[in-house]
Amino acid sequence: MTELAGPAVPAGRHPPVSDWASDFDHTDAAWIADPYPIWDELRRRCPVAHSQRYGGTWLPVTHELVAEVAYDHDRFTSRSVVVTERRPGPDAPPAPIGVAPPITSDPPFHAIVRRMLIPAFAPKPIAALEPFTRELCRELLAATDGRSVFDAATEYAQHIPVRVIIRFLGFPQSDADLFRYFIRRVMEEVDQTPEERDEVLGSLDEYIDAQIDDHRAHPRDDLTTFLCEAEIGGEKLSQSHIRGTMVLLMIAGIDTSWSAIGASLWHLAGHAADRRRLRDEPGLMDTALEEFLRAYAPVTMARLVAKDCEFHGHQLKEGDWLLLPFPAANRDPRAFPDANRVLLDRAENRHAAFGLGRHRCLGSNLARMELRVALEEWLARYPDFELADPAAVAWSGGQIRGPRQLPIRIR
Amino acid sequence: MALRVHVDPGRCQGHNRCYSIAPDLFELDDLGMSSEIGPGMVPAELAMAARRAEANCPERAVAVVDVVEEP
Repeated sequence: MTELAGPAVPAGRHPPVSDWASDFDHTDAAWIADPYPIWDELRRRCPVAHSQRYGGTWLPVTHELVAEVAYDHDRFTSRSVVVTERRPGPDAPPAPIGVAPPITSDPPFHAIVRRMLIPAFAPKPIAALEPFTRELCRELLAATDGRSVFDAATEYAQHIPVRVIIRFLGFPQSDADLFRYFIRRVMEEVDQTPEERDEVLGSLDEYIDAQIDDHRAHPRDDLTTFLCEAEIGGEKLSQSHIRGTMVLLMIAGIDTSWSAIGASLWHLAGHAADRRRLRDEPGLMDTALEEFLRAYAPVTMARLVAKDCEFHGHQLKEGDWLLLPFPAANRDPRAFPDANRVLLDRAENRHAAFGLGRHRCLGSNLARMELRVALEEWLARYPDFELADPAAVAWSGGQIRGPRQLPIRIR
Repeated sequence: MALRVHVDPGRCQGHNRCYSIAPDLFELDDLGMSSEIGPGMVPAELAMAARRAEANCPERAVAVVDVVEEP
C-alpha cells in the first residue's frame, strides 16, 4: 500500500533456532509462521524456556506461570517491555517511570499515571468513537468495490486503529503512513542493532515533540492537549513523560488492534462453518469476539528481572529479559478445555489477551469496539470470502502477532 | 435459594467484562473498577448473566454465591 510500510516481515538476522527450550527466538521464521506447536512442546518439556539470545531471555508458557509473573512487581519490573538487543542501561529512565509511562512504570508511580488516563478509555468515551469507526470501516470497504481479491490486512484492518488513534491523539490524519512506518520499525524489527534502534527512536521522538509543540501553541479538545495540561501533584508533566505516553498510545493502540482484526478475518476466511454460523447467528458476536481474542491474542509483553531470584527451579539474574506470552497462556489446555480449537460460543473464557494484573491493557474497551465494528461491517458487506492464497499470508514477528499480508477473495 | 454477585476489589483490574455482560448487576467507578450494584442480589432472569460474568473475569474477581433467603 505504501513504500513506507516496507516488507511486512523482518529480515530475520538471527541464526535459526536449534532447540526451543534452550535457544528460543521470537523472531525465528518458525515462531512467526506458527508459534502454537512450539508453546505446546515447551509446556510439555519445561514449562520455563531459556535462551542466550538478546543477552539472556526467559519464557514461561503456562497460564499459571504467566499470571504469576504478571502479578509479581517485586521480582519483575516493567521498565522495558519490548525485548530487543538494546537492553536499558543504568542511565535509562528509572524503574518508577520508565520511557513510556504507564506501561513501563512500576508501582506506586504506575497507579498515579494510569489513573490520569483511565477516564479517556472508559466505555462511554469509547462508545462516542464508534460512529467514526463504523463510517471509516464502510469507507474502506467501499474502496474495495468491484474487486474480487484484495488484502484485508493492508487495505482494511491496518487503517482502522491507525486512524482512530490519530483522531484520539489529535494528530494530522495525513500522517497515517508515517505512523505505520514507526510502528513497523519499533515493534517488528526488534533484531536491529542498538545503533539502528537509537536512530529510529530518535526520529520518533522528534515527530512526537513537533506534535506536542503544536498542541501547546494551539490547544484543542484531544488527548495530546489533555496530557499537556495534566498535572500530577500540582506539577505539569515533563516533556519526556508526555512524549513517552504518546509513543505508548501510538504503538500499543495500533499494531495490536490491527492484528486482532486481521487474525479474526483470517480465521473466518479459512473456516467456512464458523463464517456461516456468525453470519446466521449475529447474537454470537460477543462470545466469538472474545474467542478470537483468546485464540489469536496478539500481544506478548516482557519484563526485566528486577533482582537475582529463583523461579520454578531456574536462577534468574537481575537484568535478564522475560517474555510474557499472553497468547501462550490463552492456549494452555489446563486453563482452557480444547485450547487449540476455536469455539465461537465458548461460554467460559477468562482469556488474558489484554494482560493480567495492574498493567491490564488500558485500551481494552477501545480495542474491543474496533474489533466488533470492523467484523460487523465486514460481514455485512462481504458475508462470504476465503483466503485467496494461503501461502501468501504473512505474519508479523516480534511481540505483536498478526497477519501483515492477507489476500482475500470475495465470493 | 437466591444468587448474589460480588466483585473482589482487591482482584478487579477494570477489564469491564462483567459490566459489559451484565450492566444491570455491576457498575464502574471513575477508575473503571467494577462493583456489584447495591447488595448484589441477582433477579432470577439475570442468573445466567451473573454466571457468565463470573466465567469471563480474567482476574477471577467476580463471584456468584448462593444465599439463603430470610424466611
